[in-house]
Amino acid sequence: MTTSTPTAPSTPSTPAAPRPARRRFRWRDYGRPRELVVRYLLLLFVLAITVGPLLWQFLASLKGTTEDVFGANATLLPQEPTLRAYQQVFDQVPVATYIRNSMIVVVLSLVSQLLFSTLAGYMLSKPAWRGRKAVWVLLVASMMFPFEAIMVSLFLSVRDLGLVDSLAGVWLPGFVGAINVLIMRAAFLAVPREIEDSAMLDGAGEWQRFRLLYLPSAFGAMSVVAINTFIAAWDDFLWPLIVLRSEENFTLTLGLARLQTSSFGYDQRVVMAGSVISLIPVLVLFAITQRWFYKGVASGAVKF
Amino acid sequence: MTATQTAKPTAGPGGASSAAPGPAPGRLRRLGRALRPGPAPGANGAALYRRWWLPWVWALPAIVCAAGFGVFPFLNTLLLSFTDAKPLGGAANFVGLSNYTRMLGDDDFWLATRNSVLYAVIVVPLMVLLPLLLAVLVEKKLPGIGFFRSAFYTPVIASSVVVGLSWQWLLKDEGLVNVWLEKAHLIREAIPFLSDPWLILLSAMGLTLWKGLGWYMIFYLAALGNVSQDLHEAAAMDGAGAVRRFWHITVPGVRQTMLLVGVLTGIGSLRVFTEIYMLGSPTGGPGGQARTLPFYIRDVGLDPLSGNAGYGAAVSVALFALTLGLTLLAQRLTRGDEE
Repeated sequence: MTTSTPTAPSTPSTPAAPRPARRRFRWRDYGRPRELVVRYLLLLFVLAITVGPLLWQFLASLKGTTEDVFGANATLLPQEPTLRAYQQVFDQVPVATYIRNSMIVVVLSLVSQLLFSTLAGYMLSKPAWRGRKAVWVLLVASMMFPFEAIMVSLFLSVRDLGLVDSLAGVWLPGFVGAINVLIMRAAFLAVPREIEDSAMLDGAGEWQRFRLLYLPSAFGAMSVVAINTFIAAWDDFLWPLIVLRSEENFTLTLGLARLQTSSFGYDQRVVMAGSVISLIPVLVLFAITQRWFYKGVASGAVKF
Repeated sequence: MTATQTAKPTAGPGGASSAAPGPAPGRLRRLGRALRPGPAPGANGAALYRRWWLPWVWALPAIVCAAGFGVFPFLNTLLLSFTDAKPLGGAANFVGLSNYTRMLGDDDFWLATRNSVLYAVIVVPLMVLLPLLLAVLVEKKLPGIGFFRSAFYTPVIASSVVVGLSWQWLLKDEGLVNVWLEKAHLIREAIPFLSDPWLILLSAMGLTLWKGLGWYMIFYLAALGNVSQDLHEAAAMDGAGAVRRFWHITVPGVRQTMLLVGVLTGIGSLRVFTEIYMLGSPTGGPGGQARTLPFYIRDVGLDPLSGNAGYGAAVSVALFALTLGLTLLAQRLTRGDEE
């Protein structure tokens, strides 16, 4: 139960910024000039810190072999930009295989997470069955154990299932996250009851009500689950590192780390190209789904 | 872009108060019940489902996953910690408390514990404060602010391996940071960020902070939406400067969120692995001196040749004990509508 401060009727009296309703753009609507300059300078400073390292990596990956990447003579901008490193990363390194493996794990996770968290979340949002409370307690309890504190036992389970060094072994332990079930449950709880009551009078079955009444209003939460799942699976490192052994099964993060730490001494520009490639899918996803992204964080903070 | 979405007070965590995303479900549900004729559901709940097993079938995969890959591994870890199980199989023998006595006398274990705790002690206060300052900076809706917010978020979505590589290249002896410091004549010799155990730890902390900034910025942005603008204006009218207003209005207004961020980053710090792996090499620094607890668990418990899963499980129990208090606090803070 929410006992703490009920969210106050959100003080509608204070518009956050004076909205220049379709008027001509004027800087002075946004504050005094000095304050504005300071704000933008600070913003640019933080921008350089947060995006700078990744941008530098991208720029360095465009350098040819004749240009230094490190050392006193290295320039920030590539003098003669070339995509050579990107070609080589596919020629020298099985990056295509890594990407395929990562995609397999991502797709498996997306399907299982979306399907099962929606089904379970829906049922947990229903008031009318015995044992629902017990399931809820089980889910919350399962979130109490940090992955790192149970990974030894998880590995032994995966071993006993014969899934060591397989992508299924990477996917299986998190095939439906408790947190995602709880996110979906919250979304279904937000659907007004009256609608369902009228549907029941019309004789709709459980599946019909789920599909026609509830599912459409839960698309927002489903996209949150999908985004979180995609990024978690694509970026994961420790678990694949534990489960996977042979190079042809490596996911992209594992392959990149192996490249860098191998004694073989790969051209750093090639490794950089590889890590830029690994960034592209999440960046594209982020660009497309920004709206839900922020909501996802917000609901991630609330959780249940 | 995203400006309007994020600042909306209802969309955010709003401290620990709001129950769930969207329009307070509790209220709607109660409304629904009030409108419904007859007894409340749950009282005669069974009437809804003629087939009692239907909900169980729907929830089954989630139950299996939570039990089989959440609760069971934990119980099994407790059991394993009293055995000498090997990661690759074979018979496991009951060895009593010997894993625990070994652990208490194991210098490497204490070193890893110290590193992990130190990590939390340094990272938590900074991670509570810096993203809040950043959120205050991007709160005001200026032209282009959506771009800045999104840009600040990119390190969050990048994988730890990619950002680890990036930092590794920046911090190595002939990397950008050392070169610039040398050019500015601030140092004569390169700073060994990646080979000195202390500097590895500090660099990894920097990486954790850098990667977490955007994430917690969003938490705070949502919380700032609930801080009254009237108070700010009144205080400004009375001549309070920006700094005083920050400490006396903004900070008290987002105190709940600060507590939550502190707890979450505390847990996160105890779980650090990849940062150390990427910056301190797969051995965790020279002689493993920069290893954190998860790193140590993997080394002693999961090494295919020399690993002892029983001992790894004992260290896992220690890690769990360290996080338990924080986890319970986090669950308490984030718990909205629990039934």
